[in-house]
Amino acid sequence: MAKPTTDKVKNAAAEPEYPLTTIAVVAPIVGWLIPGGGHILLKRYLRGILLLVSVVTMFVIGLGMHGRIYKPNGGDILDILGFVGDVGSGALYFLARIMEWGDTLAANAAADYGKTFLIVAGLLNFIAAADAHHIALGKKP
Amino acid sequence: MSLNLSHFAAAVVFAVFASTVFGITQKETPMEQVRYGLYCFALFVGGVFLAGWVMALLRR
Repeated sequence: MAKPTTDKVKNAAAEPEYPLTTIAVVAPIVGWLIPGGGHILLKRYLRGILLLVSVVTMFVIGLGMHGRIYKPNGGDILDILGFVGDVGSGALYFLARIMEWGDTLAANAAADYGKTFLIVAGLLNFIAAADAHHIALGKKP
Repeated sequence: MSLNLSHFAAAVVFAVFASTVFGITQKETPMEQVRYGLYCFALFVGGVFLAGWVMALLRR
């Protein structure tokens, strides 16, 4: 009588509930590079467009307020975390670095808010990319 | 391009977009997403007013 239970346990261990597929790997990468891209790839068009508009607008507002874009660094912990937040914007971050946007030091309150907008845009994009991963796995409709 | 938003305007703009992303990513059905987004927006803006009043009272 114990055999079927053992088989069930073996099967459960062999087949995860949400198997990792190629799209589950590709969607978050696309979502990171192009905000909302992961959702659009998964045919969640409205969600993807709303995410794209939200992240891009926050990033542009941050640049408009003369926020600083962090470069890769090994110095102060807050500078490292600032870089991690900024790089979350994916292609927007690399574009800003190439065009040398945000290459300023915060000299007033508005620039400080701008820096926060840039970091939060990246962090929100990380959340959106993780959400695309969950949708691709089937954990979320 | 140069933007000069007041502290309050910047906080409201921030709240709009952060709430949108939170709503989409943290809930499953469209209705839940809208409700959660509005809830987050209310908390963000309510938090701004609350912090403003706390700072105003501390300043007295």
